[in-house]
Amino acid sequence: MIQQLKTGVLVIGGGAAGMAAALSASRAGVEVTLLEREEKTGGVLNQCIHHGFGLQFYRQELTGPEFAYRLQNEMAQHSVKIISESYVRHIDTKNKYVEVISPEGVFTIQAKAIVLATGARERPFGALQIPGDRPAGIYVAGLAQRMVNLENTLPGKRALILGSGDIGLIMARRLTLEGMEVLGVVERLPYAGGLTRNVVQCLEDYDIPLYLSHTVVEVRGRRRLERVLVSEVDDNFKPINGTQKWFDIDTLVLSAGLIPQVEDLGENLEIDAINKGFAVSNTCETSVTGIFAAGNNVAVFDLVDYVAAEGWIAGQNAAQTVQDKKRTSKRIPLIRGKNVGILVPSYITPEEHLRVYLRLRKPMDKGTVVLKELNIEKPFQYGVPSEMINFVVNRDKLQELKKPVRIEVVE
Amino acid sequence: MKITIIGGGIVGALLAYELSRYAVDLVVIEKKHDFGLGVTKANSAIVHGGYDDPPGSLRAELCYKGNQLYEKLAESLGIPLKRIGSFVVARDTPEEMEKLSELLKRGEKNGVDGIEIVEKPFLEKHEPHLSKEYKYALHCTHTGITEPWTVALAALEAAEKAGAELLRGDGVIGGEVSKGNVRSLELESGRIIETDLVINAAGLYYHEVANSFGVSTPQVYLRKGQYVLLDHKASTMVNSVIFPLPSEKGKGKLVVPTVDGGVVLGPTSENMPDFTPEDVSTTLEGIKEVIEAGNELIPNIARPNWIVKSFAGLRPETQEKDFFIENSNTLKNFVTVGAIRSPGLTAAPAIARYVIEEILEQRMSLDLGRQKADQVRTLKSFRVNESDLKEIAARVKDDEKYGRIICQCNQVSEAEIIEAIRKGARSIDGIKFRTRAGFGRCQGGFCTWKIAKILSRELNIPLSEVRVNEEGTVLFDGKVRV
Repeated sequence: MIQQLKTGVLVIGGGAAGMAAALSASRAGVEVTLLEREEKTGGVLNQCIHHGFGLQFYRQELTGPEFAYRLQNEMAQHSVKIISESYVRHIDTKNKYVEVISPEGVFTIQAKAIVLATGARERPFGALQIPGDRPAGIYVAGLAQRMVNLENTLPGKRALILGSGDIGLIMARRLTLEGMEVLGVVERLPYAGGLTRNVVQCLEDYDIPLYLSHTVVEVRGRRRLERVLVSEVDDNFKPINGTQKWFDIDTLVLSAGLIPQVEDLGENLEIDAINKGFAVSNTCETSVTGIFAAGNNVAVFDLVDYVAAEGWIAGQNAAQTVQDKKRTSKRIPLIRGKNVGILVPSYITPEEHLRVYLRLRKPMDKGTVVLKELNIEKPFQYGVPSEMINFVVNRDKLQELKKPVRIEVVE
Repeated sequence: MKITIIGGGIVGALLAYELSRYAVDLVVIEKKHDFGLGVTKANSAIVHGGYDDPPGSLRAELCYKGNQLYEKLAESLGIPLKRIGSFVVARDTPEEMEKLSELLKRGEKNGVDGIEIVEKPFLEKHEPHLSKEYKYALHCTHTGITEPWTVALAALEAAEKAGAELLRGDGVIGGEVSKGNVRSLELESGRIIETDLVINAAGLYYHEVANSFGVSTPQVYLRKGQYVLLDHKASTMVNSVIFPLPSEKGKGKLVVPTVDGGVVLGPTSENMPDFTPEDVSTTLEGIKEVIEAGNELIPNIARPNWIVKSFAGLRPETQEKDFFIENSNTLKNFVTVGAIRSPGLTAAPAIARYVIEEILEQRMSLDLGRQKADQVRTLKSFRVNESDLKEIAARVKDDEKYGRIICQCNQVSEAEIIEAIRKGARSIDGIKFRTRAGFGRCQGGFCTWKIAKILSRELNIPLSEVRVNEEGTVLFDGKVRV
């Protein structure tokens, strides 16, 4: 009763990265199977009904569902086999073998290469260690967004947003447009966590206050949420006495960070200590040959376009693995230097162009990204951690590379 | 004879389960919307060894007995029980060593087998991540872990199958007494329950309930315990229950593996100034204290990325520091099973036997009829998470809902959620405590809306009426557009 399937490239996850990977692998002429846990592919794009997607990947401004639709449409044309509502119960990365549960039945799938495109999850309320009661009315932003945009259901009447990640900013606007009163966005850092354009278009245009260097320090309400205590914090995030203020709200929306979903996908895959995601090279290969990863399970990206672009590369390289095309598995470390936070990739494989994505550790008026070993200097102005610095190094420049490359940002 | 049990926590539930094997009519009344959500819900979930309680106390008498009874309970009710053992750890100082041998002696006095003092090599082998500061430990092989609310729910389900009537979301507000007997109980809903015997197992409220019938019991005060739950990844760092040396304030702050693969740290031990039985709020200091204590036993176990949530529970404490299990002097048919503080969870099966044999049959000379043989009852629900692929495939073939995994973190299928509703879940928490859906590392971020929709569909209520737990804990306000 357990059906045994075989495929060339198996893609796990049908969000932007997974769809792009499935499509590029399929276009390269390889048999592709995609496992999607929801009823349909698209991932979080399906509920991101605002525009602002696709400017790089499609050179056109699209909404989330439009972006997803394009990839879905192309996948259909290239006969990608999709198993929806499926759950990966076990994965043997060494042998490229997975066990899958779905309403259609239970499967084992023997693949030749695997692309992990499992995305990220939202940091839950419990992980924030905010003391007080545990009432109803506290939502991660993605859950609130799902309810409002796809289930026609409003969470409450008066809301505060904790954390200024992009989805939190977007939800401040969405909840306002749908008739809720949004009292503000509270961010413990001295700068916003989301894109500048979202701060402007979602908060400033709607007169929603942004409380920087503030956080929620207590939650009250025995049944439904009744009020939260907001405090200004110092540089170490310690509440400053005398700055506390109660907000009477019935809804607290959390946008307090995304966590790459790397759990239960094989213990032998290396994790990057800072990104908290799979440590991949610029071919999107993980530490296990034939296992690729792309998107938010590698590092939390700022734009879906980058996620899709990386998925595309992962799919191409996975297809090459299946086709036994000669590939080196050389992995030269790309090492973080000063002021570099999130950084993709973790390793350089000289056969592929090097696409660098990095987040600054702090806002900088101007600076220069330096890769000394490659003789590269990239000056920039007004860099903020919320917006990734992204550039490409041609593979011709990588051919002689033997020693680790250090990347740093100098002021 | 009709027996009414007030309180559907683990004590009331196991009493109902044991009594359901006699020729009596049973009613269980729970004031919360679901069973096992009071003291039963938030504790360390340990089946204690029995070495720690003061010799001669009721606690000491019933703890070890209860521990031993869990074996049979696990078999009959299909509840989780893992005998992972425990270590009470000590540093190499004369004071700590003396405390450790005192503990061993106390255990021997309590008639507890299977305990011994072990030295560093043994400790290191069993708990390689334990702080190097600890050189000795009292090892107890029969210490176990369980899931307290599951024990309560399974026991009540078995009792219900045997004919017991279960009421919930309805508290006792009074009753009729005549000639030294309680004749009937009046509920919040207005319902009147006629009864021949009342057993007060009202948890934190035992004193209030007894008082309202003019029965005197030891004054209760509340002690709060705050906990921190860690991700499954933390379970790679601990194999047994790890205790520091006990103190005046109790057993100390522990590191406890959970039956579903997580780890719990805590509890704090805070005496509450007022009687606030609904206040299970946490505090910054409490959370910090628990995290530091965990890291002191097992360095670096409470890393920020592993913290899933914090929570708190309350226990009914008394000056006497012992269980209070007595039939009333003033009312002939009123029994109080109160002050069930630690180790109440462990003792609960023995408490039920004690109430029946010591109080009802011996002291009150009640004839409960003959005890029917215990049957192995196949109540255990099918869990995808605990089944092999072939079993799952067979299930999915019959019902595709077993193949639709709703909670991805804990691998819970739609069929399991529907079964939980059929068995009585009426809320998000009701589902969570019966199936573990929403208990994982994403804390329901991905599945809450799906579970809410299933509840809405199965109970035939609008989404805006789906509750997290008690009345008023609605998740959603209403439609965006009509």
